[in-house]
Amino acid sequence: MYAQLVKSEGSKSREDMTPEEIAFQDRIDRNEKIEPKEWMPEGYRKTLIRQIGQHAHSEIVGQLPEGNWITRAPTLERKAILLAKVQDEAGHGLYLYCAAETLGVSRDELLEKLHSGNMKYSSIFNYPTLTWADMGAVGWLVDGAAIMNQVPLQRTSYGPYSRAMIRICKEESFHQRQGYDIMMKMCAGTPEQKAMAQDALNRFWYPALMMFGPSDKDSVHSAQSMAWKIKMNTNDELRQKFVDQTVPQAEYLGLTIPDPDLKWNEEKGGYDFSEPDWTEFFAVIAGNGPCNAERLGARVKAWEDGAWFRDGLMAHAAKADERARAARHAAE
Amino acid sequence: MPSLPDMTTPNLTALASQALADSGHVAVPAPDAGQPEFVEFLQRLGDNCLILGHRVSEWCGHAPALEEDIALANQALDLIGQCQLWLGLAGEVEGRGRDADALAYLRDAGAFRNLLLVELPNGDFGVTLMRQFLFDAFHIELLRALKASADSRVADIAAKAEKEVAYHLERSADLVIRLGDGSDESRRRMQAALTKLWSYTGEMFVDDAVDQAMSDAGIAPLPSSLKAAWDKTVAAVLDEATLAAPAEAWQHGVRNPGGKKGVHTEHLGYILAEMQFLQRAYPGARW
Repeated sequence: MYAQLVKSEGSKSREDMTPEEIAFQDRIDRNEKIEPKEWMPEGYRKTLIRQIGQHAHSEIVGQLPEGNWITRAPTLERKAILLAKVQDEAGHGLYLYCAAETLGVSRDELLEKLHSGNMKYSSIFNYPTLTWADMGAVGWLVDGAAIMNQVPLQRTSYGPYSRAMIRICKEESFHQRQGYDIMMKMCAGTPEQKAMAQDALNRFWYPALMMFGPSDKDSVHSAQSMAWKIKMNTNDELRQKFVDQTVPQAEYLGLTIPDPDLKWNEEKGGYDFSEPDWTEFFAVIAGNGPCNAERLGARVKAWEDGAWFRDGLMAHAAKADERARAARHAAE
Repeated sequence: MPSLPDMTTPNLTALASQALADSGHVAVPAPDAGQPEFVEFLQRLGDNCLILGHRVSEWCGHAPALEEDIALANQALDLIGQCQLWLGLAGEVEGRGRDADALAYLRDAGAFRNLLLVELPNGDFGVTLMRQFLFDAFHIELLRALKASADSRVADIAAKAEKEVAYHLERSADLVIRLGDGSDESRRRMQAALTKLWSYTGEMFVDDAVDQAMSDAGIAPLPSSLKAAWDKTVAAVLDEATLAAPAEAWQHGVRNPGGKKGVHTEHLGYILAEMQFLQRAYPGARW
């Protein structure tokens, strides 16, 4: 999940709602899409900005761990595939910032909040990519977890967000396949390659489980978001689905999930598994993951180093406007 | 059998025939074997794309605006795609069983044939854009001429690449103009980039024995024949950008051998150390 711990308003009972709020909730309950210019509760708008913004930030910060291996990709084809994949992430960022703009917040404002640490991005991107197998593991597990969350969000109540998610999901499923394809190749390769693949799974398994956010019992912001259909499933539901889907994929690769307590539970029709270390999760969110400083630092540097470029383009546009105005004057 | 010929194996030809035999394909003798100049020429084309594509891809995730990130990734993808075609053909013509990957990942710097210009570090975004513009303006003329190549494989690749490079040039020229005629700061940076890179433009138009052989065979134009068109494009864009090329500048790789001859800057070794790491560290592994 690319949006974790999104702060929402407390949910309201129907008796406490204004007539406008009741009408709004009824539209959501009828699965109508809410469009940009329509009335919406301020809390709905704010929560969506936080969630879509965090999601957009995750896409652009998410370029970095994989971008780390573009120049070291082992074949020309792998290089092209990885580059295309990371480019897709930038494109997703663009759709999402545009979706957020329809709620009255500019891309620059959102970026300022990211750079100043006032908005977060997914915890997963604060883990390092140490070997080529990590490109496989990230595609397989990280994009896999993202899809698990984003497929239901195609039905989310806010029209522009829903439409962005539909486009994004199409691309994400390719991303997951390319990651799994890297893993298959490595697991069928030399013993060193297979060891690399196992090591990548060992390092990314629990961080991937953390992507769905804290356990439902500790997830304080869910109820209102679910009522508004901004969030479609609980964290634990999605995590369970992810584990159930991923374990057979790991078995097919001949890899071992790094959880000695992982066990099929016939009764619930799913796997029992160990919880990630939530202390680590909160530490990473708070800025203490292995790569927080590098990731945010790289984004801030790109933005600051690029200021002259953006200003130069604006200056040129102003000059061009001025010249056009002068030419019109001369013609009159 | 290793997936790629190992350059440390002394008998490459034997390894190549072994690989061909193992691959289950019918081994057709390459009709072009024994055309070292043609191979050399194709490597020049492919290496320019490979090394510039690599440099451009270094920006991924670090560009000054999201739209630039997306555009640069497109450009790098185009160049890597073109490199696969040129180096693939180079391997085919060479007839020693080397494919595009073997050529990209298992040659050392001295065997690379790209222009010095494309291996220069990215610098600030202005240097990256100016390098792109100076190269695009040359690349497009080269590809246009190659569309009339006597070798239909060359003409086909050139026709495909020309469409992509026409867009690269449109984009780089537009940004050079807007930033040159932009703010004081952007103009200063673009002028500095131009001054720095100008000394690496002369190498593009040097004719040598390989070029002469290609020209005689009707495969490719003499590089010197492309200069007038390049001069015209560059002069028009720089003029609109309010930038000025240095009146006199030493040109690297003109009197002395440059990248086309395998004599590179120090930068190429680092590019290759990074790019080739996995193939070198795990010889023969498939990825």
